Amino acid sequence: MNAMSKNWVAVGSLADIPARGARCVKNGETTIAIFRTADDRVFALEDKCPHKNGPLSQGIVHDGCVTCPLHNWVISLETGQAQGADEGETRAFPIRLDGDTVLLGL
Amino acid sequence: MSAKQKLVVIGNGMAPGRMLEHLFELDADAYDVTIFNAEPRVNYNRLMLSPVLSGEKAYGDIITHDDDWYATHGVTLHKSARIAGIDRTAKTVTSENGITAAYDKLVVATGSNPFIIPLPGHDLEGVLTYRDLDDVEKMIEVAGSKGAAVVIGGGLLGLEAAAGLKAQGMDVTVLHLMDTLMERQLDPAAGYLLERAFEDLGIKVMTGSNTKQILGHDGQVVGVELEDGTRLDACMVVMAVGIRPSAELAKEAGLAVNRGIVVSDHMVTNDADVFALGECVEHRGMCYGLVAPLYDMAKVIAAQLTGDTSASYEGSVTATKLKVTGIDLYSAGDFAEAEDREEIVLRDATAGIYKRLVLKDDKIIGAVLYGETADGPWFFDLLKKGTDVSEMRDTLIFGQAYQGGAPLDPMAAVAALPDDAEICGCNGVCKGAITGAITEKGLTGLDDVRAHTKASASCGTCTGLVEQLLSFTLGDAYDPAAVTPMCGCTDLGHSDVRRLIKAKGLETIPEVMQELEWKTSCGCAKCRPALNYYLVCDWPDEYADDYQSRFINERVHANIQKDGTYSVVPRMWGGMTSSSELRAIADVVDKFEIPAVKVTGGQRIDMLGIKKEDLPAVWADLGEAGFVSGQAYAKGLRTVKTCVGTNWCRFGTQDSTGLGIKLEKFMWGSWTPAKLKMAVSGCPRNCAEATCKDIGVICVDSGFEIHFAGAAGLDIKGTEVLGHVKTEDEVMEYVVALAQMYREQGHYLERIYKWAKRIGIEEIQRQIMDDAAARKAYYDRFVFSQKFAQVDPWDERVSGKDKHEFNPIATLNLEAAE
Repeated sequence: MNAMSKNWVAVGSLADIPARGARCVKNGETTIAIFRTADDRVFALEDKCPHKNGPLSQGIVHDGCVTCPLHNWVISLETGQAQGADEGETRAFPIRLDGDTVLLGL
Repeated sequence: MSAKQKLVVIGNGMAPGRMLEHLFELDADAYDVTIFNAEPRVNYNRLMLSPVLSGEKAYGDIITHDDDWYATHGVTLHKSARIAGIDRTAKTVTSENGITAAYDKLVVATGSNPFIIPLPGHDLEGVLTYRDLDDVEKMIEVAGSKGAAVVIGGGLLGLEAAAGLKAQGMDVTVLHLMDTLMERQLDPAAGYLLERAFEDLGIKVMTGSNTKQILGHDGQVVGVELEDGTRLDACMVVMAVGIRPSAELAKEAGLAVNRGIVVSDHMVTNDADVFALGECVEHRGMCYGLVAPLYDMAKVIAAQLTGDTSASYEGSVTATKLKVTGIDLYSAGDFAEAEDREEIVLRDATAGIYKRLVLKDDKIIGAVLYGETADGPWFFDLLKKGTDVSEMRDTLIFGQAYQGGAPLDPMAAVAALPDDAEICGCNGVCKGAITGAITEKGLTGLDDVRAHTKASASCGTCTGLVEQLLSFTLGDAYDPAAVTPMCGCTDLGHSDVRRLIKAKGLETIPEVMQELEWKTSCGCAKCRPALNYYLVCDWPDEYADDYQSRFINERVHANIQKDGTYSVVPRMWGGMTSSSELRAIADVVDKFEIPAVKVTGGQRIDMLGIKKEDLPAVWADLGEAGFVSGQAYAKGLRTVKTCVGTNWCRFGTQDSTGLGIKLEKFMWGSWTPAKLKMAVSGCPRNCAEATCKDIGVICVDSGFEIHFAGAAGLDIKGTEVLGHVKTEDEVMEYVVALAQMYREQGHYLERIYKWAKRIGIEEIQRQIMDDAAARKAYYDRFVFSQKFAQVDPWDERVSGKDKHEFNPIATLNLEAAE
């Protein structure tokens, strides 16, 4: 896969997402969490913790990570990898900003 | 058994405190001890007055000997009892308030008095000295008005006072008669660096300035006029120009006095039964104002008192450290220039480092370190021992790590120290004593070492070294983190963070992180919710609650379940409900196809399995039926469980249901460190199970028994009794005050029983039951805070707040998917 074959879908504007927070995109059966960090970077992860499928979009966003609300696993927003001693990975989606518009690569 | 000898001590400063500790160690039963203290309190660490002034510590943190200590050791302590006279013939002392005590041995430890320059205006209101806690309290009181302060005297005390007043938010000017600051301890170069550092702190320094008079208006200080005519405005003038041994009492009693009370090397005055100790003493022509020599004297007197007549004090070489946050300064010995002396100087202007060693006959006789003081104790050790440094002369100034080849890491440097190297200068504790205590007594942390050896227990500047020794002695078994830090983002514990938020007036999360030097840019899921709570609690009217720093349950006002759905619990005041409420719940359950309904342990109804998107609509329907959020998700007031009391029960003694509802209606919406569950039982049969709650009330015929600190979760624990009150109004006041005390002091996620264990049940009883003023103040602060807290979060969200929380940002069609 490369960026050229991506279908970039506009899902909303940056202002729709609270800083240090997240919003969800429903894509059929899949829910994708769109995160916005304190410094206005955006990330997209499947809304499922690798541990027990907790909704990551509901967690606390800090630096480049989110802490899952169910059992406090810390997941990297960039890679979807569990941090620290925990092992697991959630799917990360390509995402970019075009001006204020959030584009999700599907 | 012969009667014990009587020992009377005049003065209750740090030196006599230490002397008694040594005495009890040597022979706990040798004397009946009586202490007369002119101050109205127990013994505290005077070295720590500066952190108290700057707000970094509280009085409670600096107590060295509390009431318990005196009781345990059978010491009679007379507080606020200044001695009026010593009768050496009758061998008695008498206090101004008429207490007379007979002695076999007497220790005079009257300390010193701050010197007040007899300038015109020195007796105006607002002219203060800097000597004891009363002075500090007065300063903090005046500092509250945030005006300008002038400190006269640029020595150790004056500078610490200036930094403290600046931290309290005042505009501070330091006036110093000499051309450079701290000229007795520093050479001019270091004095200059220090002056610059103070100016960087925003403190104005005027050296070479002679004060002509203190200006007043209506008996109150308004400013200072200098000899050159300059006028400075000030609502406070602090005189910190030096101390004088306080020897009048001894002089009147006919003891030999020059500048101070003259003692021999055995610390005995010209009366064989009278010792003198501390800052009031003159020994070999020297008077001391630093703590280390005083502790040496204390040791000698304790030995003398227990029969070791050979114990003697031979004078001290002293080292000084300035205790101002952000400024590292260390000086020791003599550094005047002279023909037979050489010096080694290292300057690094960029790093702000200046080091100077003065050598005579290949031995260090003086050291000044500025900006980088870690090697201070090592230089001081070489100085005291008179070590010949000719072999390491070329690298000496770079410090211990550079001796003998490649630089060592700090741990190796500590390992390389000899056993008799002094680690803690205040308390004269050497390395061997610390490592020995760690090994023999199985010590595992800093607090243990402080308790057993006193190392780093006074000014605390050698804390780093002591920690390295712990680490060096215990290896991986030493876990400094086991003691406190809030989380990986900071080294500070919860108590420190809470105290500093108040002391420094920090009002937002970014401000806390900046000022307290957080190690991460944006905190983590542990510290952010804690900080958010502390700020909500401390600044209820000004702080804007940061929802992104709240756990999801508190952000969406429902409880997240394992499948990502939510449960919703409306309030049922005191566990009472009605047919219309139950009907409304039944309708909501049907309408939203809620899969499970359960009666909770807190006497209300839980609807489980609600989709997040449905929450606002569920709340809207519940709201129409009169329900508000039950806050079943909150670190805050949850339920007040009740029994039916006198309304129905044949055993009921009071209206427990009514009281429970009253409490719940008064306290709902308040955030607390951890969840707060309450109950009111109508009689001691206790059907509401009040004796395992965070706060419980048991109604009895004569009134109400207030309980708290129970637990029935991970731990099981019956409550403690706070006390008995007669009326419902009193219950409200006492319970609310208790909750507020817990709100202000608890660590985030610390349940009330753990907080109570940490603070002590007696202390809580003292403040809530016995101190009406404190109780009222807690109550008032709770009431004030409720003005901002009692907003139904469900209603707010039904009205549109935080809409984004509940809906997806976008729903894509399936074709776009793959």
